[in-house]
Amino acid sequence: MHRPETNAPAEQITYANILFYGCWGGLALMILTYMLYVTGIMEPYVSMELVTRFWSLPVHNYLAENNVPTGWGWARLLGKGDFLNFTGIALLGGLTIVCYIPVIFAYFKKKDIPYAIIAFLEVLVLCFAASGIVGGGAH
Amino acid sequence: MKLNANAKWMRILGGAGLAVLLLATLAWASNEAGIAGEAAKQMAEATGTFSSLPWWAWPAILLVFCFVLGIIAVLAGVGGGVLFVPLVSGFFPFHLDFVRGAGLLVALAGALAAGPGLLKRNLASLRLALPVALIASSCAIVGAFLGLALPGNVVQICLGGTIMGIAILLLTSKNTARPVVTKQDALGLALGIQGAYMEANGEIVEWKTHRTLPGLLLFIVIGIMAGMFGLGAGWANVPVLNLLMGAPLKVAVGTSKFLLSITDTSAAWVYLNQGCVIPLMAIPSIIGLMMGSFVGVRLLAKAKPAFIRYMVIGVLLFAGGKALAKGLGF
Repeated sequence: MHRPETNAPAEQITYANILFYGCWGGLALMILTYMLYVTGIMEPYVSMELVTRFWSLPVHNYLAENNVPTGWGWARLLGKGDFLNFTGIALLGGLTIVCYIPVIFAYFKKKDIPYAIIAFLEVLVLCFAASGIVGGGAH
Repeated sequence: MKLNANAKWMRILGGAGLAVLLLATLAWASNEAGIAGEAAKQMAEATGTFSSLPWWAWPAILLVFCFVLGIIAVLAGVGGGVLFVPLVSGFFPFHLDFVRGAGLLVALAGALAAGPGLLKRNLASLRLALPVALIASSCAIVGAFLGLALPGNVVQICLGGTIMGIAILLLTSKNTARPVVTKQDALGLALGIQGAYMEANGEIVEWKTHRTLPGLLLFIVIGIMAGMFGLGAGWANVPVLNLLMGAPLKVAVGTSKFLLSITDTSAAWVYLNQGCVIPLMAIPSIIGLMMGSFVGVRLLAKAKPAFIRYMVIGVLLFAGGKALAKGLGF
């Protein structure tokens, strides 16, 4: 008698495991860096007073008034409390890309070429978004 | 006895919700333009929003607000982003650019946290999600750029219309637990989009998709809207996966939640690279909503989801109307 497979495929389990550790690691890092920031242990690049003064303005005004870099410019300011917070955010943002890598190999190994290509293209799309290559001016 | 316990929980939840909304409204009403530097003051006069509260008050209010929002979102069966963006942009002093950036991160964090459990239980299907995600995440990048390039009032009007549309969709949409798919279409068959999962009672549910191509094409629109408004898009994913493509409701809900982790990643990077993420307000939003979601899941067994659902529909109609009015300059 035909009994359908209800267990998740191996590549799906691998994806889930990476996601689990990465997600909770990212959230823990986010809380830690936020505490360093708001308690004043690490000095911010933009003072709290200026952040609250300008956060009601459109993003380009906020960036110009506070001389805040765009793109990956935050990576050069990791010594500052506010920009340190971007490490946790970037970890969450990069997690899906990391999860896809073993999936590509798993599909290639199974000779499931269409899905291997789909997964590879997804990595390209996410890397493109993360790269900041295309950066139209925000209003 | 059980009814009393339910009523007690509802009173606590309703009271907490009202208290937070009241607090946010009071804080919002306390805005004044007179404490800032000259340049900022001039711009603030143009936008009409300045706060006399100490800097730490807003993150603290936001944390509590998002905690309650997280509970309500779980009980209402909607994602956090769809409530977060209209309510926070309506009741807090942050510009819509930053609210959308934080909204995407809120939806992303929630989806990433839910992903492992859903994937392991086979309630989120990688085979169903991968082609859909490729289309939706590519289009979310386009949507994010569109949202950041269009004038603020145009985005507000579109957001208002979308939020009101979502409320109507929630009110009228009747998802099917197990749609009947008699014959799988050629594309679904070629991609092998099918699977099986086990119900709690041991019953095995097999599924496959039909109308795969129109379903995939609809994700172009869904991706653009997710990126443009920073909403997440569970409200649109589920009906398309369930009603159009024929995935069982549990698989549609699980795959939709997992899908957000991919779609919102691409849009979130665009907002991050454009400087639309302010950690001071984004991190308490994420943490508050996630903590609220955990409590919400525990309350789910005790609360009356139907009542919460209607309450959320009412809130969405109100928030959508407010965004529309703001965009139209009323």
